[in-house]
Amino acid sequence: MRRSDENGHAEPLLAVQGLTTEFDTEDGVIRAVDGVSFDVFPGETVSLVGESGCGKSVTALSIMRLIQSPPGRIAGGQVMFEGRDLLALDEREMRAVRGGKIGMIFQEPMTSLNPVLSIGRQITEPLELHQKMSSSESQRRAIELLDMVGIPAPDQRFRDYPHQLSGGQRQRVMIAIAMSCNPALLIADEATTALDVTIQAQILELMKSVTSQAGTALLIITHNLGVVARYADRVNVMYAGKVRESGPADAIYHRTRHPYTAGLLHSVPRLDRIAGERLDPIPGEIPDPGHRITGCACRERCRFAVERCTSEDPPIAEVSPGHSTACWEHEQVAAEVRAVSS
Amino acid sequence: MTIQSSPTAPPSADAVSSTPLLDVRDLRVHFPIKRGLIFQRQVAAVKAVDGVSFSIRPGETLGLVGESGSGKTTIGKAIVRLVQSTGGNIEFDGADITSLKGSSLRAVRRQMGIVFQDPYGALNPRMTAGNVVGEPLKVHKVTSGKGEYLDEVARLMETVGLNPAMMNRYPHEFSGGQRQRIGVARALAAKPKLMILDEPVSALDVSIQAQVINLLQDLQEQFNLAYLFIAHDLSVVRHISDRVAVMYLGKIVETADARQIYDNPLHPYTQALMSAVPVPDPRIERQRTRVVLSGDIPSPIAPPPGCVFHTRCPIAIDECSQALPESRELESGHRVACIRAGTG
Repeated sequence: MRRSDENGHAEPLLAVQGLTTEFDTEDGVIRAVDGVSFDVFPGETVSLVGESGCGKSVTALSIMRLIQSPPGRIAGGQVMFEGRDLLALDEREMRAVRGGKIGMIFQEPMTSLNPVLSIGRQITEPLELHQKMSSSESQRRAIELLDMVGIPAPDQRFRDYPHQLSGGQRQRVMIAIAMSCNPALLIADEATTALDVTIQAQILELMKSVTSQAGTALLIITHNLGVVARYADRVNVMYAGKVRESGPADAIYHRTRHPYTAGLLHSVPRLDRIAGERLDPIPGEIPDPGHRITGCACRERCRFAVERCTSEDPPIAEVSPGHSTACWEHEQVAAEVRAVSS
Repeated sequence: MTIQSSPTAPPSADAVSSTPLLDVRDLRVHFPIKRGLIFQRQVAAVKAVDGVSFSIRPGETLGLVGESGSGKTTIGKAIVRLVQSTGGNIEFDGADITSLKGSSLRAVRRQMGIVFQDPYGALNPRMTAGNVVGEPLKVHKVTSGKGEYLDEVARLMETVGLNPAMMNRYPHEFSGGQRQRIGVARALAAKPKLMILDEPVSALDVSIQAQVINLLQDLQEQFNLAYLFIAHDLSVVRHISDRVAVMYLGKIVETADARQIYDNPLHPYTQALMSAVPVPDPRIERQRTRVVLSGDIPSPIAPPPGCVFHTRCPIAIDECSQALPESRELESGHRVACIRAGTG
């Protein structure tokens, strides 16, 4: 993990502060992202993890300014990237950031790729646009990129169309496109969720190796706690639009300070545990995004909840250097985690 | 290839007896690919399931794990006869059900419940939850009279953790986890002995998935159900299963009990699959070795000759492309179809 540049300055590459995104619906305004803050330092791998509707994808789309308006709008906060607030840029400046300094990969490669353009053209386009390459230069670079992401016979596949590729190969092409302009940050939003297990492993290994070779920071957005454990340096756990716990991966998994994080970890069957051991799931249902309650949004499903949780929403606060939680009862959670692990 | 449950293997629970409830021998399901508009001729076949054998004892869970196109779903459909098998036979409760028709088929189906993956697509949106759950009661004439019917529907809903007061609501008014509970209640309605669970928790969020897994385990204990648990997620399959069968391109490559499959996987595909599944613990992840398979899963229309896995196998030798590997029992109850397994 690299948390500072060569000169030792601890300057984040991306600093999201108080990001708030709302959507107008028939049932009123829904605040999908509610004051989210987190940092990504150059070259590190950070994860946003959470279940459906927690706001992790909307956070990514907000960073890229891809929220459709109406019905959506970014209602507050800052997205500082390389010293500039992305939320203050005009559309022309923002286009230079998207696919230029920030690459992005989505879950469904078939809908992210243009079906009527050859994959070669889809890689050369950003190179010509952002890096002002000539068409022969960009073609050479595109074949290099296809080779880098492990597409066999890249000079022939260059002319192929997305439907001629398998799901895994399409995601490889997406990585080639996202990495084409040497971005400082690659955002992967559930990039491997739709793929088979062995292909998922291939794509994640590829993503990790190309970003670490290029010194690109990686923001992994996922619901899979195993993927997070395998790849992330730092983790942000989201629930109901907010970051509930944030810290180094080891701290999140082994010195858990939030009941929701603990609940998630107890819910997943683990390959390394004795088969047939009973799971200890979080009770209740995942709330609708529009469902907002007073105090802490986690309290309805939380067995640590106390009186105070109904009236006051706990702010996220540091419990040890780099490790923060938003819970009034985090000491109790920590005590229980210690008791179980000892 | 034959995979047999070893008679010497100790039963995993007291409730598990040694005579199989379901016994599948050399099952084949090939889907023809046809050409021509008027005079259709078969030009090839998708060998979705190609010579699969396994058995399930009463009260036991067999996990069937594999990636897309491995044929795991087709096996489930062939057992309930939603697709017709091309070869092999299926015995249920001692009787051959491979080519049953009409009322005798319906009688057998009554003893099998099936739960599908997609809790949104598997329920008729125009039927209330109560009618969905109660339909098998009517089809199989389980209850007589409206009062008994309603009592039974309410009881079934309670059994799966749903409030019977929600009987008159429609599927869209339920969450994904609740819909899956409705699907489970429907499958239970006719009091089956065997449940075929096809990716029953894959579409659910982590916290809801755990609730449904616990429910399935409770129901199994309560009603002594046998489960065929079909899924791609090895951690889930291993968690819920007594024994696990690993499929690749229409064939079972390895069967072992749930403990052995993790402690001592013998087939190179099982090893790769195991390695591809991350464990939610960064400390353990840092120590694990990773076997990353190259290439994609070949098409089941033209599977590779010899061992179907040899094109992606890290330890394949020339012989692997020559002949289909025989399934061998290397430990008690642990069968593997690989000529290199156990050779170091």
